[in-house]
Amino acid sequence: MKSLLAWLGLARSGVNSRKTVTFGDASAVTGSRFWSIVAVVALAVLWQQSSEREWVNPLFWPTPAAVWNQFVRIASEGYRNFTLWEHVGWSLYRILMGFGFGCVVGIPLGLAMGLSNTIRGLFDPLVEFFRPIPPLAFIPLVIIWSGIGERSKILLLFLAAVWIMTLAARSGVASIRLSKVHAAYTLGASRWQVLRYIILPNALPEIFTGMRVAMGVCWGTVVAAELVAAESGVGFMIMVASTFLSTDIVVMGVIIIGIIGYSIDILMRKLEARLIPWKGKG
Amino acid sequence: MRGLHVENLSMVYDLPDGGAVEALRDVSFDLEAGEMLAVLGPSGCGKTTLLNIVAGLLRPTSGQLSLTVGKDGGEASHPITGPSPERGMVFQQGALFEWMSVAENIGFGPRMKGARAAATAQRVEELLDTVGLRGFGDKAVYELSGGMQQRVALARCLANDPELILMDEPLGALDALTREKMQGLVLNLWHETGKTIVLITHSVEEALFLGQRLFVMAPRPGRIEREYRLDFARQGLNGDSREIKASAEFTRMREEILAMIWEMEEEIMGRPGEEA
Ligand SMILES: Nc1ncnc2c1ncn2[C@@H]1O[C@H](COP(=O)(O)OP(=O)(O)O)[C@@H](O)[C@H]1O
Ligand SMILES: [Mg+2]
Repeated sequence: MKSLLAWLGLARSGVNSRKTVTFGDASAVTGSRFWSIVAVVALAVLWQQSSEREWVNPLFWPTPAAVWNQFVRIASEGYRNFTLWEHVGWSLYRILMGFGFGCVVGIPLGLAMGLSNTIRGLFDPLVEFFRPIPPLAFIPLVIIWSGIGERSKILLLFLAAVWIMTLAARSGVASIRLSKVHAAYTLGASRWQVLRYIILPNALPEIFTGMRVAMGVCWGTVVAAELVAAESGVGFMIMVASTFLSTDIVVMGVIIIGIIGYSIDILMRKLEARLIPWKGKG
Repeated sequence: MRGLHVENLSMVYDLPDGGAVEALRDVSFDLEAGEMLAVLGPSGCGKTTLLNIVAGLLRPTSGQLSLTVGKDGGEASHPITGPSPERGMVFQQGALFEWMSVAENIGFGPRMKGARAAATAQRVEELLDTVGLRGFGDKAVYELSGGMQQRVALARCLANDPELILMDEPLGALDALTREKMQGLVLNLWHETGKTIVLITHSVEEALFLGQRLFVMAPRPGRIEREYRLDFARQGLNGDSREIKASAEFTRMREEILAMIWEMEEEIMGRPGEEA
């Protein structure tokens, strides 16, 4: 009983149950599962009730049943020449390619910028200038350059990811404690070995944080890019549906985007805990 | 003579605002192979600067440094121009590589030299024993207490079999009890390995107890103010450390040096911001 209450977050457990001061103590505020469940159930009930009693016009906001039916239909029949999984797959493919190229270029660039005055000097103006520009601002240019094909979207996602990864790698290098570098050299390591065994692993936590941020930005960018110019993808699906006023498909697409985005982040966090157990332990 | 030779060493830090700090002026000394030197002094008197120069991590403004190594008859004098595995370092804390296990940390030096994995593993096991960490090889370094981490740092340094070991306040972040235990370990390692050691500390007691020789440095400009030759370390090898530290001779010297450093500190406080 007690452990159930603790699991639901309705009773404080462990040392937290004996603390007299909890307001302002961040370690005592871990959230309550009970209230999370209440919130989700309340939203679902509200949605169900509002459509049953027709509080809102289904044209503006579809019923849960309509969204579900569209999901079942599109999952089996597909939509606009592609199955649902192909739409999702295309969006993911574009992200992985753009994000991947962004990492392949950004991480070495950021490492080099953290290690060499010359390279830092050469690329600082470029990076600092492009960093604050939202990648979507490049959509018109990218379409002019390479049309609405795959290349344009991958290029766009590359632009979204590359600066984030550059800065993450650069600050990862900068975060090294000097005594670790000194220790490595006095233990006989060469420059290459210092890079490989000290600088790189030390920068990994920050590179991984950069990857999570870049993934989030890429996911947002791909949907937006597909809204503008594409023949497949979750964003494309939403865009086409909206021109037919099929809000049920639009909402279904939005929910899918949310679920996939959330899943990607959970996956990356799991991966991080697995691959970089020393994070924050320095 | 085998050992460390330092001649007329001076170090001036140029500041970005155009000023300069004279961190060391005309420091000269010889340290014979196998000696343990403790260096004391108020903070800012140039201890770390001196150690980093000997380590080859800083180039002095002027002066000569060399390390003479080799067997009698076949001695070679190596000028100090950069870091070298010949001169190992032990830092205060946070210099372990937390992405490597305890064993990987200790074996780092041999691995970088391309030593065979089996030989390295065996050496690591021996060293784990030496520093009292048998069975901890697979642990992550951040799972260990501060004192155990410093044991790993000592073992990592020893794995390279350096001629000279440089320690910059290696026990400075430890609690008093752990610190006393670690002093015993350092003393035993010094005796068993016969290494030449330079130990910087801000604890007068530690300097007296471990140093066979002791420099008291003074600031502005950084220099060696007094030099002592001590016998407490030898006594500590077989005797009871608490007893030695409580002896009349030990307390008398402790008070004498404390008073000297205290006076230097007061002098600095009396002339605030002079060099800034
Ligand atoms: N990188 C540096 N740049 C400028 N001044 C420095 C630098 N490092 C040390 N100093 C100055 O040199 C003096 C000696 O410093 P340091 O060797 O760290 O002393 P200690 O280790 O004895 O406390 C101090 O006045 C310090 O402010
Ligand atoms: Mg210092």
